[in-house]
Amino acid sequence: MEAILLTIVLAPLAGSIAAGLSVWQGGRAGARAVAHSATIAGVAISFGLSLWVLKGLVLDGAEVFNGTVYRWAVIGGMPMEIGFLVDQLTALMMTVVTFVSLAVHVYTIGYMHDDPGYERFFSYIALFTFSMLMLVMSNNLLQLFFGWEAVGVVSYLLIGFWYKRPTAIFANLKAFLVNRVGDFGFLLGIAALALYAGSLDYATVFGQAEALSTETIEIWPGTAWPVLTVACICLFVGAMGKSAQVPLHVWLPDSMEGPTPISALIHAATMVTAGIFMVARMSPLFEYSTAALTVVLVIGATTAFFTGLLGIVQNDIKRVVAYSTLSQLGYMTVALGASAYAAGIFHLMTHAFFKALLFLAAGSVIIALHHEQDMRKMGGLRKYLPITYWTSVVGTLALVGFPGFSGFFSKDALIEAVALSTTPGAGYAYWAVLLGVFVTALYSFRLLFLVFHGTERIDSRARAHLHEPPWVVWAPLIALAVPSVLIGWFTIEPVAFGDFFGESIFVLEEHDVLHELGEEFHGSGAFVVHALTHFGAFWLALAGAAVAWFLYVRRPDLPGRLRDALRPVYRLLDNKYYFDWFNENVIAPGTRGFGGWLWKFGDRGLIDGLIVNGSARTVGALSGIVKRVQTGYLYHYAFVMVVGLVVLVGWFVLRA
Amino acid sequence: MIPTVLFYLFSAVLIGAAVGVITSRNPVYSALYLVLAFVQSAALWLLLEAEFLAIVLVLVYVGAVMVLFLFVVMMLDINVEEMREGFTRYVWIGAAVAVGVVAEVWYVLAWRSEGFSAVPDALPADYSSATELGAVLYTEHLYAFEIAALILLVAIVAAITLTMRKREGLKVQDISAQVAVRREDRVRLEHVEATKE
Amino acid sequence: MVTVSHYLTLAAILFSLAVAGIFINRKNVILLLMCIELMLLAVNFNFIAFSRLWGDTLGQVFVFFILTVAAAEAAIGLAILVVLFRNTRSINVESLAQLRE
Repeated sequence: MEAILLTIVLAPLAGSIAAGLSVWQGGRAGARAVAHSATIAGVAISFGLSLWVLKGLVLDGAEVFNGTVYRWAVIGGMPMEIGFLVDQLTALMMTVVTFVSLAVHVYTIGYMHDDPGYERFFSYIALFTFSMLMLVMSNNLLQLFFGWEAVGVVSYLLIGFWYKRPTAIFANLKAFLVNRVGDFGFLLGIAALALYAGSLDYATVFGQAEALSTETIEIWPGTAWPVLTVACICLFVGAMGKSAQVPLHVWLPDSMEGPTPISALIHAATMVTAGIFMVARMSPLFEYSTAALTVVLVIGATTAFFTGLLGIVQNDIKRVVAYSTLSQLGYMTVALGASAYAAGIFHLMTHAFFKALLFLAAGSVIIALHHEQDMRKMGGLRKYLPITYWTSVVGTLALVGFPGFSGFFSKDALIEAVALSTTPGAGYAYWAVLLGVFVTALYSFRLLFLVFHGTERIDSRARAHLHEPPWVVWAPLIALAVPSVLIGWFTIEPVAFGDFFGESIFVLEEHDVLHELGEEFHGSGAFVVHALTHFGAFWLALAGAAVAWFLYVRRPDLPGRLRDALRPVYRLLDNKYYFDWFNENVIAPGTRGFGGWLWKFGDRGLIDGLIVNGSARTVGALSGIVKRVQTGYLYHYAFVMVVGLVVLVGWFVLRA
Repeated sequence: MIPTVLFYLFSAVLIGAAVGVITSRNPVYSALYLVLAFVQSAALWLLLEAEFLAIVLVLVYVGAVMVLFLFVVMMLDINVEEMREGFTRYVWIGAAVAVGVVAEVWYVLAWRSEGFSAVPDALPADYSSATELGAVLYTEHLYAFEIAALILLVAIVAAITLTMRKREGLKVQDISAQVAVRREDRVRLEHVEATKE
Repeated sequence: MVTVSHYLTLAAILFSLAVAGIFINRKNVILLLMCIELMLLAVNFNFIAFSRLWGDTLGQVFVFFILTVAAAEAAIGLAILVVLFRNTRSINVESLAQLRE
């Protein structure tokens, strides 16, 4: 089993190295073939083996694997190891990651066909797969952190893939730095756990969770906070960075500077879900801290609703999907905060499929129009790109939660779970996610109508070459569309309400909303009927779709007039609630200014001037005074000697 | 009785001579006062029955060291007048320090010690300081004795090295050069044509 | 009766006079050397007095060595003085101040 797990992790790495080496042969005929073949082979092997592991765990009742593969160091009695914990949660993540990665790899053959950095791209995405697998399969906090950082690095590399573009460089640095802020909190959380539990190993830490729930930590003298609350909030700060929750969400829209395949892979399906995965993995700890759960709930809810609103005013097709991702991540976070971890992971899984699908479809549109991303220059494309259109429809329906599609099951289960939750902040969260359904439907259908319906606003030159992209582009679309439709119906019962996750997710009885919900669940069909017959998410979604149809198909002049009428609101949304303005004008210059001030006064003034030069000057001044003792006159010296002698003898003599 | 009187007599002269050393205008007078002081000391040491050392004091100190002093004082052409400047300014500090030293010694003697008011025991009639000294010096302290001799050697070498100067124009034989002479350096055969009639 | 403490007091007076002599004299290097000789003489007094008190010949042995060293030191001191005089044509102590700062 260990060998299989190692193969799962190392096969993409080997592919990445092979592709990386082929970069040096870049331009030569065989290099491209080597690059995509090696990486696809590696990821395919990982996918196959992950499926096998999943099947073993779920269907054959295999044992959970928790073992150390390599002991790197023992520092102060705390071992630092590489190890794997493969339970149902991990196996699910592994399968999702490798499946989406495989689809994206194939897609890239077509998408990056004309790009000079072809081999480099494959190397990076295979490396990403390796990093993500290390993250999800980890059995200790250190390896988790390694994977965390590694995916951050690869994300940086990929966002700035077209490194000659200044916007791309700005974006990748922004992503990395914002992530860094999150990582700071993450490290503090890990440190707190390591300090109080004495180990970095999951099993050890979780075993002590109940005992730790009563301990307190004093950060400032006099304030005693529960350890688990502090640690979990710090860990969640890391999740905020990685999974782009408000206020650390600012990097995700900018990350659209990277090529579309990575937007699909990293910023929709896998990397951004690392934070969600981490919180679910840490459920034994979060469950004991209601305060932390509240924080998670509130921030998730805020993200879900407010970033969704921003999706309505975007003109770049990828930006719309990006804000959609932000909003859906908020949904997942809300589920976590309501202790409905299984629902959150379930939504993670379904979201991976339909969001990746939507991104890849957007990419298909983009290359069909020769890299045109502005929706105002699209329209009526459904005649020319049928496969892309229909898969986009599938994806959109899944996203808005149309009954029967996968997104419906995950989202509705989530919303109902939040309704039942008693964690403080659940009320706010419930309204946020409910209204968010309206918003989601609004921007999703807006995208659909603007791009595929309505009047054609396409540039004439692009129009001339307009045709469906090659099979390597649309095959992954179909591959992703299938689970977007089917997977919800079949898997909701075991995953969300059943025993799928077994021991891997821990929920305290008083928080167990899913269990409560599960008692009312009578099968997928009944769930659909219930949604259709009661006021809830479905009708809101329908309303949103109707409004979108009205504004963008029936009366396309209205949006412009609405914008003019609601100028201040529009400005607020257009400036993304001034988060970016704040970061670029207050935080960044402020930090730089502070650093400069510290340099001027602290480093130059205090340390150099006062301490280093100052001590030299003091020594110089002192020696200037002391040197006058050296008069050169014999009788001065004799005088001092004799007087000193007299005093010394006198002191000895007079001592009692 | 008599030893007591002698003691006070010699002590008085000694102290007077010491004062004279430090207060004389003329360095030659100072040196001569010092000679007087040494002679008085020798006498006092005789009273203490350290006769060998007393004689050595006269022989070595007065006879050699003080003579050397006088040589040097008289050899150097000293401007006596400028020697006397600044005397009155510093006499008080000097007196103060001197009084301090004496006070310290007196304090120790008076309050911090015992047994010094004792009179030394009488020595046997055939006590010979020289014999006693020799008995100890050449046995126990032989090493130190030899080193003392070395010190004197060093003093000689040092004094000569410091003060020797070579005089210009002095004709001295350089034996090794003489021996190393070659015939060609001294004799040169010139062939001279005989004059014709 | 003449006790040891008389001799010790005498030696103390001699020593202090010599010390005073060092201070008073500001000009004359020869005088400096003479005062040193006086100090050594005072010390010798002490040694001999104690040697007599305790019957230990070691005191006198020490005086012996002190005399030796004092002679050597006087010789070298005077040699330096002569050389100094040759160079500076004066025995003023103030002219020795070249090593000042």
